[in-house]
Amino acid sequence: MDTLIEFFSLQDPNIRYVLAGTILLGISSGALGCFAILRRRALVGDAVAHSILPGVCLAFIIAGGKDPFMLILGAFVFGLLSMVTMDFISRNSRIAPDASIGMVLSVFFGLGVVLLTFIQTTGYIDQSGLDDFLFGQAASMVGDDVMVFGGLSLLILIVTILVFKELKLVSFDPSYARSIGYPVKRMEFLLALLMVLVITAGIQAVGVVLMASMLIIPAAAARYWTDSLRVMLLIAAGVGAVSGVTGSFISYTAPAMPTGPWMVVSAAFIFFLSFLLAPGRGEIARHIQKRRLSHKVACENILKTLYSMEEEDGRTDRLRPAKELRKRRHLASRRMKKVLSTLLRKGYVTYFRGTPDGYLLTADGRKEAKRLVRVHRLWEQYLSQHLQIAEDHVHEDAESMEHLITSEIEAQLRTSLGSPALDPHKSTIPYDSDEDEPAGGKSGDKHKQGGTP
Amino acid sequence: MNEIEQTRNPTGNSSNPPLEVHDLTVAYDQKPVLWDIDFELPEGSLTAIIGPNGAGKSTLVKAAMGLIPASSGYTLIYGKPLDKQRHRVAYVPQRESVDWNFPISVMDVVLMGRYPHLRLFQRPGRDDRDVALAALKEMGMEPYHKRQISQLSGGQQQRVFLARALAQDASIYLMDEPLAGVDAATEDVIFQKLKELRDGGKTVVVVHHDLQSVPDNFDRAMLLNLRMIACGPVSEIFTDENLQKTYGGRLNILSQMIEESRQQRFVRESES
Ligand SMILES: Nc1ncnc2c1ncn2[C@@H]1O[C@H](COP(=O)(O)OP(=O)(O)OP(=O)(O)O)[C@@H](O)[C@H]1O
Ligand SMILES: [Mg+2]
Repeated sequence: MDTLIEFFSLQDPNIRYVLAGTILLGISSGALGCFAILRRRALVGDAVAHSILPGVCLAFIIAGGKDPFMLILGAFVFGLLSMVTMDFISRNSRIAPDASIGMVLSVFFGLGVVLLTFIQTTGYIDQSGLDDFLFGQAASMVGDDVMVFGGLSLLILIVTILVFKELKLVSFDPSYARSIGYPVKRMEFLLALLMVLVITAGIQAVGVVLMASMLIIPAAAARYWTDSLRVMLLIAAGVGAVSGVTGSFISYTAPAMPTGPWMVVSAAFIFFLSFLLAPGRGEIARHIQKRRLSHKVACENILKTLYSMEEEDGRTDRLRPAKELRKRRHLASRRMKKVLSTLLRKGYVTYFRGTPDGYLLTADGRKEAKRLVRVHRLWEQYLSQHLQIAEDHVHEDAESMEHLITSEIEAQLRTSLGSPALDPHKSTIPYDSDEDEPAGGKSGDKHKQGGTP
Repeated sequence: MNEIEQTRNPTGNSSNPPLEVHDLTVAYDQKPVLWDIDFELPEGSLTAIIGPNGAGKSTLVKAAMGLIPASSGYTLIYGKPLDKQRHRVAYVPQRESVDWNFPISVMDVVLMGRYPHLRLFQRPGRDDRDVALAALKEMGMEPYHKRQISQLSGGQQQRVFLARALAQDASIYLMDEPLAGVDAATEDVIFQKLKELRDGGKTVVVVHHDLQSVPDNFDRAMLLNLRMIACGPVSEIFTDENLQKTYGGRLNILSQMIEESRQQRFVRESES
């Protein structure tokens, strides 16, 4: 707890530096990552990140130790080189893009590991801090590093905001963009450049192995919450920033721990929450929707069953026991209870005590049941008449469609079919214009009305 | 190009046709798909590009817009090179060419039609939104302007693309199959709009698949199959001979089908 307070009180200037650096990095990689995943370039980002390692090692060799400017130069050159190589391979050979990405990633990273081992074994270069570039070490950033890496992130962020409109168009519809004279090739190059730069900016805090996930995960999490690109960028930037804070906190309290994995874990945690909780698209919301739909379907099926029982014996005053309904619809008794209580609440059925106890359709319930039967039969008629589907095949489809047909679609069906009297199975299609039979009114005297069963 | 620069009239020479394409040849991997295409279109015309699958219709539109590299050929807009005149040409790509799950709204897409009128870094303003809304209204899509584009049907997507072209306020419209996969009602709306554009003095070119609806709706046609088979007023070039040349052996079945559907339409009309 003390460390938490100490950390967030920001007394230590180094904490302020490190925090500023990682937050900026999180924001810019989150925002730029949106374009990467929307243009399906996420894997390219991963390849670029891995390919940076030989550049980092060469920077150590040339500068004879750690030098932030040299590092950025080396990383940038190799990042760009890998990008160009991938582009060249996919343009000039029959090798599929995924293969060329995998190839470049492993060859460059392999080369990097060779150089890394070389530096570590020869021992005449000051190799302190070199390991940090694999998995990141935010806390080892000193003032200079933060200025350079944080400054780079800030620059990327500003450029992204400035050309947001152009990037949006080029990402969504490059051929239209070209048709109105946008320099699409140059915009795509700019985007590639920004991606290489943001990866470069992340090598100290996150490390080359995991940097791509800081592009991908915040953006992927953000996509769950919104359908607007601008909002998606903002959310992804927020997720990136939060992950940055977590990473630097961990790295401050447990210096032996690399930062990159922690940033990724916290981003992944947010992704997981989004995956579960996001309204509309999240799993829980979808589950609830599904439950609701299946409950609605069950309720409507019971209504229809009550109606068809009335159709069969022509009596609207005979109590229908729950047991019989269950038998006809194969519902578990717990679900049956829920369904019936919903129908009671909506005023579609009433419950009466009698021998045995049972349910009656109310006028409203009968009207609704009639509507369901009507759209079911209209749909069957539509299928067999307009799509030439055999009569014995239309029922299954109508059974599921009847729950989805809105009143507008029903109106369209009726116009296109001319309100037919019979469905393909020669059953009458019930319309509302028919005189409503008196509802269970007079039967109310015969049975004692009860509460909910 | 220099001669063209010299002969152009700075006030916009009305004698120059809005759209000319000259000796356009396009090849993919050495295999030519368009061979020496040459045409000019007058102002206030509505032209259908007709041809079988793989005839090179989409390629013609794209190459004329400079979207794919051509082996030879050039496009002139009112007598001037295309690159200076791009804002005057509205291109409507095939619907399948974009990712409809992209996180933007209908309004955002239509606003893109205003981008040619905006400077670099400049955001669309209130006027642009008004123009975009008006364009959506013309296509009957105004109620959907806040929707995410993945929640549209195919015909609605097509209308959004057309609204974007309208918002661009161009003089020339090049459309790649704007009627593909739309229902009869939407087709009527779109044809109506195309005719309005033509009557307003615009030059409209449409890649079209449905031969049968050409004579009623278009005043010019280009019959294309690798080469330009014929180009001119529909009444003159829509001959059996030309169609035969364009569609080769397939015409027999095709003409049967046309006859068949004509009869069906007759029956349907007499029923209602
Ligand atoms: N990117 C490409 N690479 C190679 N060949 C291509 C490419 N695009 C099109 N082609 C070929 O060029 C020819 C013309 O294609 P194009 O798409 O212009 O035809 P189209 O007339 O639009 O056909 P459709 O009616 O199916 O839309 C076809 O033979 C096609 O195989
Ligand atoms: Mg095509």
